[in-house]
Amino acid sequence: MTSPAPTEPAPPQLSAAPRPAPGPAADEGLARRLRALACTAPLHDLDARKGSLAGEYSVYGMAEVALAAIDLVTLNMDFDTGADHEQIVARLIPRIAAQAPRRPAAEHERVARWVLENLINVGSVDRGFRAVYGTFAADGTYVRRDYDFKLIEEVPGPGGTVYLRTTDEAVNVLVGALDTDVTSAQIAAEVKLEVLINRGRLADAQLAAEQARYRTVQYSETLRRALEATRRNVRAVDWLNAVPDMIAEALDHVADRYRHENAILTNIRKARDETEEPEHKRRAAELVDIVKDCIRRHTQLQSRLLEAGPLFRAEQDRQAFATPATASGIDLYGHLVAPVLPLPVAEATRVTDAFFAHGTGLRTPVAVRVADLVDILLTPPVEREHLGAEMPEPDLIATPDDSRFSEEQLAAAMELLDLPADAPRRLSGLLAEARRTGDPDLAYLVALLAVHAASPAVGTAYRQGEEKLLFAVDDGTELDDPEFGGADLIVGMALLDAAGMAADRAA
Amino acid sequence: MSEHVEWSDTEAPAPPATAAVTPADAADAARLVAYGLQPKLQPARDQDYTELLRRYREDPAFARLADAVATGLGLVVLEVSPRAGMAVTAAEDSVFAVRMGDYARRTTADSGDRFLHGLAHLAVAALSFPRPEDLADDGYIGRVTVNGVDAFVRQACRRIEERAEEQGENTDPATDAPGLEAAWRIWARRSATGATKDARRPASSTTGIVAKALAFLTDSGFLQRTGDDGGGTYRTTARYQLQVRDMAGTAAMAELLELGVVPVTDGSASLLPAEDTDDLELVADAGLPFHS
Repeated sequence: MTSPAPTEPAPPQLSAAPRPAPGPAADEGLARRLRALACTAPLHDLDARKGSLAGEYSVYGMAEVALAAIDLVTLNMDFDTGADHEQIVARLIPRIAAQAPRRPAAEHERVARWVLENLINVGSVDRGFRAVYGTFAADGTYVRRDYDFKLIEEVPGPGGTVYLRTTDEAVNVLVGALDTDVTSAQIAAEVKLEVLINRGRLADAQLAAEQARYRTVQYSETLRRALEATRRNVRAVDWLNAVPDMIAEALDHVADRYRHENAILTNIRKARDETEEPEHKRRAAELVDIVKDCIRRHTQLQSRLLEAGPLFRAEQDRQAFATPATASGIDLYGHLVAPVLPLPVAEATRVTDAFFAHGTGLRTPVAVRVADLVDILLTPPVEREHLGAEMPEPDLIATPDDSRFSEEQLAAAMELLDLPADAPRRLSGLLAEARRTGDPDLAYLVALLAVHAASPAVGTAYRQGEEKLLFAVDDGTELDDPEFGGADLIVGMALLDAAGMAADRAA
Repeated sequence: MSEHVEWSDTEAPAPPATAAVTPADAADAARLVAYGLQPKLQPARDQDYTELLRRYREDPAFARLADAVATGLGLVVLEVSPRAGMAVTAAEDSVFAVRMGDYARRTTADSGDRFLHGLAHLAVAALSFPRPEDLADDGYIGRVTVNGVDAFVRQACRRIEERAEEQGENTDPATDAPGLEAAWRIWARRSATGATKDARRPASSTTGIVAKALAFLTDSGFLQRTGDDGGGTYRTTARYQLQVRDMAGTAAMAELLELGVVPVTDGSASLLPAEDTDDLELVADAGLPFHS
């Protein structure tokens, strides 16, 4: 048996042979680009494999559908959860249907599901992808490495549901900006958008606005992770510098973007109203929606940021101000979890095995007797009631009506306060009139409603399209009354421009 | 039942410590150990159990007898108290011990799965008792959720990944040496959950693995399920604290030291971010409790 002479050069010749790569730094850049390239492979792969599906699927542009799916998931990712699987399928179908309008709808749905499942890579146990690439190690040897990544991942949502989220890799591939800083990239996108709008190039402006929105989502995702860590353990997070800085930075960011995007919104609205061309009008209208969505996301982010401080204080109370107990010596995270994770898996398994063997407690072994086994096997299965046990009739107890005022009293008071818009009245006069009705409680209700009207819920009334609103103003006159003290308020009715508001809301 | 009658008879005159051990005493001791083998049984709910526990604490000869019965069966006595009951656990190679292969079938074939199941148990303990004080404090009750444990491990993995990135390391494993892959990558790579036909978590996802661990620990009397939020919420029992503190923690530490890994901490601070002492001094001035 002949075998070729060993071609392996025994030890790597460090000094004699020239380095195969220009240097570790260049190689690292290459590795980064290889990984970026690998992220696109699943998309190409979809088009390559569509031929092997049962049926004639070559009409469909699978990579296009996949990118659209990643877009949809990214845009539907909320702060807490992710995008709903069925919703994504439903939204993908119109695009797929447009690619092959003559095909049956069931086929369109099948394509949508196939693409989504392949982006999750349902078939593999990790539900992810792996690419193999080679690099030169520091000593000049060539090492093949596995790069594991996911494009869309499934995360647990509230109530045991499963949501989809796009990974950072997917967002980076999608936006096409690899290795960039989130904040600066967003600013760049905003500036670009403004310039484009000023020059009237709306088609490009829409693209830039969408990119800005991806960036916004990515930013909130980063923040969400940081806040989650805060909630878990106060000491796990640097609350002196890092987190307050981050929150301040994020709040600045929100304020800045909010101002910026409102300015953009005004500009686009103007563009929308002024332009004559219907295509421009439509695009501008779409752009308005996108920017509004951006603003909504910023607002959501801001409310989260404001919750962070109280959360920290509550956790600190719980965790830090308890009486110190004697230390047991074992810090499970610091002594075990943290050192185990970076170990090679073969060694780490020895530690986790030891923990498992001593940490699971005991199980009483099952002893089976043949006689019992026969009995068990011969027992017919118990018929289960299809509908389950009968529900007992709930015994309802009427809760006593403990309202201070009755419905009739409220109606009487409202009638009293239904003033003409041009004739406000003093509270003292209203009280006197209430007393004349003979109901001693009515005056209290009128006084209460008048005090409430001192700070009317204008925003709510505006949103609900109310036509008039009760208000009360204090002009400094003292209330002279046997039962009530304070200011003799001027109570009046303001008319709201309901039609105008509705038009404004629709805008 | 006949032992029970005899025991009542002998109990009445309160046997002196010098009295010879009667078969009735042995039966009582064995019954106490048998109660200990039912970890979900609450001592306060069973009068006979409470009575035997009292006798264990007041009668040294009986205590020695019960300990001997437990040892003979291959059990280790962790604590005997009204709160934990007769807390016994399986000694190594005992018939009562839980084996990984019985626990999850895939673990025999797949070393990655074996690690994931073990790590899930470790992470549950670490999150149940996040600070050393919590593990030491007998009154402490930890609370964990399935999703919380998964997020906790992912966070830790992410921190390692970020640190490696900062140092410019390439953490992607070599293709032909699976045993050398860094352990955290196995967890990070595995999907957290997945859609299935019957709306349950896939057993091989990390939340599936954590949920299995929590359910198993609940059967061991170590946890009590309190709700369905966050994939299932649980609180710890006194037994779990004993088990982790006295058995599992030390065993895993010993294994880690044998591997030549000596975790360096000051023994009190836990889950602290890596930072230098300057930061800690600043924190002290600010009146914040980071400097434990």
